[in-house]
Amino acid sequence: MTDLIRLSANDLSGLLADRSISSVEATTAHLDHIDAVDGDVHAFLHVARDAALQTAADIDARRASGEPLGPLAGVPIAIKDVLATKDMPSTSGSKILEGWIPPYDATVVARLRAADLVPLGKTNMDEFAMGSSTEHSAYGPTRNPWDLERIPGGSGGGSAAAVSAFEAPLALGSDTGGSIRQPAAVTGSVGVKPTYGGVSRYGAIALASSLDQVGPVSRSVLDAAMLHDVIGGHDPLDSTSLTDAWPSMTQAARAGFEDGALKGVRVGVVKELNGSGFQPGVKQRFDETLALLEGAGAEIIEVSAPNFEYAVAAYYLILPAEASSNLARFDSVRFGIRVNPEDGPLTSERVMAATREAGFGPEVKRRIILGTYALSAGYYDAYYGSAQKVRTLIQRDFDAAFAQADVLVSPAAPTTAFKFGEKLDDPMAMYLNDITTIPANLAGVPGLGLPMGLAPEDGLPVGLQVMAPARADARLYTFGAAVEQLLESTWGHTMLSQAPVLAPNEMFASEEGVV
Amino acid sequence: MAKASLMDFDKALELFEPVLGFEVHVELNTKTKMFCGCANEFGQGANTNTCPTCLGLPGGLPQMNEKAIESSIRLGLALGCDIAEYSRFARKNYFYPDTAKNFQTSQYDEPIAFDGELTIELASGRQVTVQIERAHMEDDAGKLTHKGGATGRIQGADYSLVDYNRGGVPLVEIVTRMIEGGESDSPEIAKTYVAAVREIVKALGVSNARMEEGNVRCDANVSLRPRGSNILGTRTETKNVNSLRSVERAVRYEIQRQAALLSAGGTITQETRHWHEDTGTTSAGRPKSDADDYRYFPEPDLVPMAPSREWVEELRATLPEPPAARRKRLQSDWGFANLEFQDVVNSDLLDVVEATVAAGASAQSARKWWTGEIARLANVAGVPADTLVQPVQVAGLIELVEAGTLTDRLARQVLEGVIAGEGTPAEVVENRGLAVVSDDGPLIAAIDDALASQPDVLAKIKDGKVQAAGAVIGAVMKAMRGQADAARVRELVLERAGQAG
Repeated sequence: MTDLIRLSANDLSGLLADRSISSVEATTAHLDHIDAVDGDVHAFLHVARDAALQTAADIDARRASGEPLGPLAGVPIAIKDVLATKDMPSTSGSKILEGWIPPYDATVVARLRAADLVPLGKTNMDEFAMGSSTEHSAYGPTRNPWDLERIPGGSGGGSAAAVSAFEAPLALGSDTGGSIRQPAAVTGSVGVKPTYGGVSRYGAIALASSLDQVGPVSRSVLDAAMLHDVIGGHDPLDSTSLTDAWPSMTQAARAGFEDGALKGVRVGVVKELNGSGFQPGVKQRFDETLALLEGAGAEIIEVSAPNFEYAVAAYYLILPAEASSNLARFDSVRFGIRVNPEDGPLTSERVMAATREAGFGPEVKRRIILGTYALSAGYYDAYYGSAQKVRTLIQRDFDAAFAQADVLVSPAAPTTAFKFGEKLDDPMAMYLNDITTIPANLAGVPGLGLPMGLAPEDGLPVGLQVMAPARADARLYTFGAAVEQLLESTWGHTMLSQAPVLAPNEMFASEEGVV
Repeated sequence: MAKASLMDFDKALELFEPVLGFEVHVELNTKTKMFCGCANEFGQGANTNTCPTCLGLPGGLPQMNEKAIESSIRLGLALGCDIAEYSRFARKNYFYPDTAKNFQTSQYDEPIAFDGELTIELASGRQVTVQIERAHMEDDAGKLTHKGGATGRIQGADYSLVDYNRGGVPLVEIVTRMIEGGESDSPEIAKTYVAAVREIVKALGVSNARMEEGNVRCDANVSLRPRGSNILGTRTETKNVNSLRSVERAVRYEIQRQAALLSAGGTITQETRHWHEDTGTTSAGRPKSDADDYRYFPEPDLVPMAPSREWVEELRATLPEPPAARRKRLQSDWGFANLEFQDVVNSDLLDVVEATVAAGASAQSARKWWTGEIARLANVAGVPADTLVQPVQVAGLIELVEAGTLTDRLARQVLEGVIAGEGTPAEVVENRGLAVVSDDGPLIAAIDDALASQPDVLAKIKDGKVQAAGAVIGAVMKAMRGQADAARVRELVLERAGQAG
């Protein structure tokens, strides 16, 4: 069964289609592996074993009856807990939503089901997607499969760890400032933040509405593209959803495998994302990758994006401002936990306050306070207003850069995975983890993260970020697939084949011993 | 609650100049809510017209109702407003259990319509032009019912129930600029202004415009400025006044209350006030200051609106005749006296009278039937007159009367039949056998019977005492069970008595 969990979604798809394996087999393999390793990794907040097996059996029966099924039919998938699922709790990593099962599916989840993927469960995340390490999850952190003492990135550490620990071939993530790409970087996996509006946000529990975007998490660029094709496209339930007719991302990724796919591609290196502050091994692998690209016929040019310097500052005004409003609905009136004040009268106002006091973690409170302050009368222009201006300037920087380059590249994170607790008491240090990924969210452009090697100093994965103009997601997949193929042929293996093999859970082992 | 002391209204006007301002909320009658596909219906089971979006569930997102934008633009145009080329929604952030998202999706500095005006005419003939600052779109809140308290308000309640069916219903809020110079007409200006807005939204067809169902709600701002001062007084905002009469009374009450308080050396608290229909008074609500901070910011879940100029002009072309102009035209066309016309307008019967005239009836007959018998029957049934019977049926009835087929008395019976669903007036006449007997044969037979039984009457008539014929006519009408034309009976009686001509 070990083989099945190590297969890509694309390979599984082929075996399922020709009925070499069944979806029940594939699903069982992943569920068993989750049982074996997730006690340590803690990628999942909820595992839906029975429902997954039922779904898989149903798909197998329909395939046996000759019903035509989609390319990913029968392939298991993990779903970030930020997404509403009508058959599983959806907590967004927060105590305040403990046990809450929504009465509806997020659009992307509905599309997964319609395409006959098999939901395995819900993955861990920083509370309300606020964080870069999953240490802010109300349910305890996820551990990095490369080193269980280290963070898996965040906020989507659960989804990234799930795919890199071979607990699922695919996962869904959400990316507000790097929550898909940064975890991909530190776990040696692949993640894509699509163009803003390219994938529906309906049913994604909002962090910052103008920045949030749902996207695929996987172990290969092609797998990410296949998943993107399932979840992408216009959704009338999301007013910010683009009405574009999108090309096939799968075909775009496959185009990257063709000879000469990198020839003549103008690759822009953003000067401001290639300076000091990067771990030496990150810088080294980035420079080596640029050299490989040049060798494959790409044209490396330096571009400048002078306003990126202000991106983190602007982001930490816009995000908390929107979040402070988006999170106002968590008030105990209609859903979620309700906490009564310990003493004094039971008014609705006091119950709301007591619930929010008990239900939100410290990082969430910090950002609600920041955002409330930034939107307050007398401060609005100086903070929120100025941040929006910076946003416009960053969009212009992207426009200018894309006039010179087809794609932009940078390291996907400034460092490799750090140890638990290392940055927990220093919010600024934590926020700077997303320095390379935030500009894409502010401008709405798509970004892809993929592994580009291991840092020599610690042997941990290093990620490359690729960005393309808004709506040019297909270009990301073509370029990303080409780079991935180039790197893997240079190494002679995939990145995740190098990840340490996780020992089965001690807890399970001892339980078996008792039996 | 201590009863507020009031100053005599005339005395208050001697000392102070009232300054008014109104915020009128109009609930649009779109099929679905403002930002989701839930039905916009009044009177359904609690929380049945709800979904993740209007319940403010995690992950819910708003979708724009294009019809609501269209209605708002038409309303803005009808109020003489400019329509913004670029307009956005904004979040108004505040916590309250009837507001599912804990913010209202409203508009702040980029309203869809702005800078309009509305001229109203008071009973005296005085014309007042009310400046409209803006008309903006927003979603309505749910409905709270407070249980267990004495006052039905949230304070003192044991618990509260919330129904989100109304949550997310589209509203247009029409905000006036300050209205100065209203003087002793101020209460009437309040009533007339709200009536005019109501009339406009009704004519546009964008709202059901039933104040009793909260389709049109008025918040009335009143402040007093001491004579000779140019500094504005502190205002109060009396919320959700739900009838025209109450708007007038509430403004009058606030003028009298504030005048008494100020004259006694007191100060006005800037606050919302609740109107009490039963006692005709207002009471303090929550303090409201200009510094209330709703932390408005542009709604990131909705894209800006940029209605094309072509569309706006298309919509302008769909505007009905302004109600005031229409009233002038109809009164002139119909030749009604002022009182006759006011009777129709005040009874809310302009539309049905017009439709009845359009269906062929004379204006006076239409007026007489609608404001008379139909209004009476509607009153008995406790329903609006215009829901009781179709104008075309009324026109048919009038036609039968004018053709002599029915007397007024018979026509009233036919009307009852029509209302009872027995068919058209002609069908009711047929089925109930109610037509006037126009064949002289049966009439003459009945007259002869009557004359035979009252021989002295015949003699009197022959002697020239024509009024004696009344007794015979009465007997004949009785014998004919009303189905005779009394005038024709009289002619025939006189003829029989040799007094014809």
